[in-house]
Amino acid sequence: MPDYSWPDAEHRKLIGTRVSRVDSPVKVSGRAKYTYDYHTTGLLFGKVVRSPHAKAKILSIDTSVAEKMPGVKAVQIIQKPGATAQWAGDEIVAVAAVDESTAEDAARAIVVKYQPLPHMVSDGEPPAGAAEEAGPMSGDDVDDAINNQMPDAQFIAYLKEHGVTFHVEEDDLKEWKGEGASQAVLDAIRSAPYHEVKGGGGHSAYQKAAAQTQGDPDKAFSEAEVVSEGLYGSPVITHCCLESHGSISEWPDKDHLFVHISTQGVSGIPAQMAEGLKPLEIQASNVHVHQDHMGGGFGSKFSPDRWGIATAQLSKKAGGKAVRIMLERDAELKVAGARPSAFARVKVAAKKDGTVTGWQSQSWGTGGPGGGGAPPLPYVFAIPNQRKEHTAIRNNIGPARAWRAPNHPQAAVITMGAMDDLAAKLNMDPLDLWTKNLGLTGPRERTYREELPIAAELMGWKDKWRPRGQNISGNTARGLGLSIHTWGGRGHASDCDLTIHPDGSVDVKMGTQDIGTGTRTTITIVAADTLGLPLNAINLYIGDTLYPPSGASGGSTTPGGVSPSTRRAAVDARQALFEKVAPSLNAKPEELEAVDSTVRVAGDHSRSLSWKQACAKLGAVAITVHGKNPDRSRPPDLTNSGVGGVGMADVEVDVETGVVKVNKMVAVQDCGYIIDLKTAESSCYGAMIMGIGYALFEEKVMDLASGIMLNPDMEFYRLAGYNDIPDLVVHMMTGKGYDERGVIGLGEPPVISPGAAISNAVANAIGARVSFIPLTPDKVLAALQQKAGA
Amino acid sequence: MPDDDPKRQDHGENPAGETSGVSRRDFLKISGISAAAVPVIGTKVVEAAGTPVKVYGPGKTPVTLRVNGQKHTLTLEPRVTLLDALRDGLDITGAKRVCDRGECGACTVLFNGKTVYACSVLAIEAQGHEITTVESFMKDDQLAAIQQAFVDNDGSQCGFCTPGFIVAAKAFLDSHPDPRPEQIQRGLAGNLCRCGTYHGIRGAVAQVLQSRAQKGA
Repeated sequence: MPDYSWPDAEHRKLIGTRVSRVDSPVKVSGRAKYTYDYHTTGLLFGKVVRSPHAKAKILSIDTSVAEKMPGVKAVQIIQKPGATAQWAGDEIVAVAAVDESTAEDAARAIVVKYQPLPHMVSDGEPPAGAAEEAGPMSGDDVDDAINNQMPDAQFIAYLKEHGVTFHVEEDDLKEWKGEGASQAVLDAIRSAPYHEVKGGGGHSAYQKAAAQTQGDPDKAFSEAEVVSEGLYGSPVITHCCLESHGSISEWPDKDHLFVHISTQGVSGIPAQMAEGLKPLEIQASNVHVHQDHMGGGFGSKFSPDRWGIATAQLSKKAGGKAVRIMLERDAELKVAGARPSAFARVKVAAKKDGTVTGWQSQSWGTGGPGGGGAPPLPYVFAIPNQRKEHTAIRNNIGPARAWRAPNHPQAAVITMGAMDDLAAKLNMDPLDLWTKNLGLTGPRERTYREELPIAAELMGWKDKWRPRGQNISGNTARGLGLSIHTWGGRGHASDCDLTIHPDGSVDVKMGTQDIGTGTRTTITIVAADTLGLPLNAINLYIGDTLYPPSGASGGSTTPGGVSPSTRRAAVDARQALFEKVAPSLNAKPEELEAVDSTVRVAGDHSRSLSWKQACAKLGAVAITVHGKNPDRSRPPDLTNSGVGGVGMADVEVDVETGVVKVNKMVAVQDCGYIIDLKTAESSCYGAMIMGIGYALFEEKVMDLASGIMLNPDMEFYRLAGYNDIPDLVVHMMTGKGYDERGVIGLGEPPVISPGAAISNAVANAIGARVSFIPLTPDKVLAALQQKAGA
Repeated sequence: MPDDDPKRQDHGENPAGETSGVSRRDFLKISGISAAAVPVIGTKVVEAAGTPVKVYGPGKTPVTLRVNGQKHTLTLEPRVTLLDALRDGLDITGAKRVCDRGECGACTVLFNGKTVYACSVLAIEAQGHEITTVESFMKDDQLAAIQQAFVDNDGSQCGFCTPGFIVAAKAFLDSHPDPRPEQIQRGLAGNLCRCGTYHGIRGAVAQVLQSRAQKGA
């Protein structure tokens, strides 16, 4: 069997070097076509009528005026009278017209009558006694319990007593097993009693999750030499993708649907689209999906969404003509992406030498109408004695979506903040406290032990660090903060076809997508390096359901999926070529190598053919091979799970105005075997910049009285700008201990620590904890005032 | 875009091109008047604040734009922005629609050589002016220096903000032979990125300036 394993540094030309993104030229020249740019003859423009109320019953919908307007081609009711809109911006009716202005006029002419209902958009601390007691577990609850490493005995007892709200499917069990659930837990899930989900009205907005206890927290706190207490948290933020969510649907004939969509998961759209279109009968195999370039998703673009389904319905009604709905900016911010909030009151128990012995947290947060999951607390540090209670708030802020590293940035703000406050209480350098407790970090301990000193060196930590509030000169307070993080990231399922043509040209076809993370570049590098060719010799085709399916780009699973499938296909194709070529070089296939656009005998370069000459030996028929991930029949694994990283921040705070400025940030990150160092580093730079945004500026601000979002634009929903960017330093862990792990994705890990590190740096600077990010001037000044009054 | 698109009829002559269109201030002054005007195709002249100004619409009116050196005539409602005219009318899609209200810079184009947010200029205002978009910067498959510098320094991730940034950066560098750091900060502050590519963009600007300094030396 050929050797599929990743080549080491001596046996590769492109892998692991700094390769420029292969699609950069088309992007910088303005020629890259995004879904939003797709235009076709007779394109119709869709607009959506949205609920102005945070919660309201739809009483009636009158579309008669709109339907008669010249230029209006179709009207589609999304939610019928009698239904309840659950958030401001909820979709009610969609309309399609010959141009955008006409569609806007038509949407305005549709009269919807509502009966407003009491709403809630707050995610403030639940009042005492307000929360409903624990009930049966939903699938999400089970996910949370596994991610929070609920002890088996407790998990099993809970399932026995309270049951579950879903019918157990083997696929779910398999997934939970993959997430680390024990066989005993899986058996308990299988045999848990089934309970109906509780009905809509009447129930409390506050839902308690099962309290979780490990070890003996009471003993830990009673014996603690030091106890540190604090309040920490992070609000709901939005994804604010620059290319808004949206799609364009057309029916070339009555049985076939063609969809352009801005998505993170091309291969997953047909089935979701067919399901969403019911009772309209269309087979998923007749849904053709295409996407060339996409303008950002960050976890919010996996579904065709209601407005995407509406484009297909409108198109059908309009005789199959293409209908486009791309969300307007306000809708994008209101309905198309929200990261759940998480807040917690935390107590940490420790010895005087900094050894952490106990954790207690009461946390709460919202993920919109569904309530949302609990952050994995305490984060990274598996503190031996713990008691955790979490209350999910079901409210009307709109639905939550996965946001880079779901729940981890929030958990980092809470945990790393609590650890930092403990260090301050002990008068310890946080770097020493973290190092002291790395024994609690499990399988990544060695990684953190290697990374922390590197990060400290790059930051100049030992020279710059001062105890809290002791580096103030004039109005400027300076401080340092740190955080560590982890993420899984095992490669997803990925299929591809690789073809070597007799003229020497090479195609790779894969139904994946490049969401700006460099997936095109990754695949091209792996194929080119394996075949001994330059990058431009590879013709890569992605972003279409005509190609073999590949997983959605989420959870940092793409590089670990597409690289192995490409590698296996390229190795097999190379082997097939060697078999055809070997006789003409008087050699055995296993003696050949493909290097520098030649096929030659290893060790005897006199017996050599150019790549073109070699491929000509194929005769008339090309070689096509199929590559897969995972593929146990073609070992080794080639991907892996579980990375560790460190983030550090150096900030200055103007204590008169409360304005925070980040001076420098450091990211030290492991991601296994690196395919392209340049785009890997870019992921870290970008994540730090995004981190500055959510640490200092970003918050979905809701008006409690009206229930609407107050800042659904890019002036008041502030992203980090060019001038907010400090000195940024990235160090990727490579070489022994990392390279042999296989390829692991990088979308999530580096975005986890920046918020916590900046929050800790501000606490170090001003000598007081600002409990909640974003660290806006008002909150900074309030913390300073509280400190002065204390 | 195919030729049979109804919005792309060629009207032969430029009915509004003899004089430049209305300025933003004029537009604001007349917006109340135009609402009451009789809906006719074409323009008429009314007195507003003592000066004669052209009134367009309501209803569609022929609009002639000069984009990247080429003349195009479209039939548009007066409320259509330059950005939407470029994208939906002419299929020139480098400039992106993101915030649609002058906050993010993704739609940056050149208006007589100066940067504007195309989402905040009406197509009728752009008549008689030279509009330049990112598509014109690459000559014979040769990227402009700032474009190549973006490639070298990985100044794009998803790339949706990139065209606007390229236009802003090129216009800034063209008009500032030897900028001070604070001028660069100001010059690039009008564009936002979500992926966080500013680090690469900073490197790209530095690369252009460095090669400029080397050539000058």
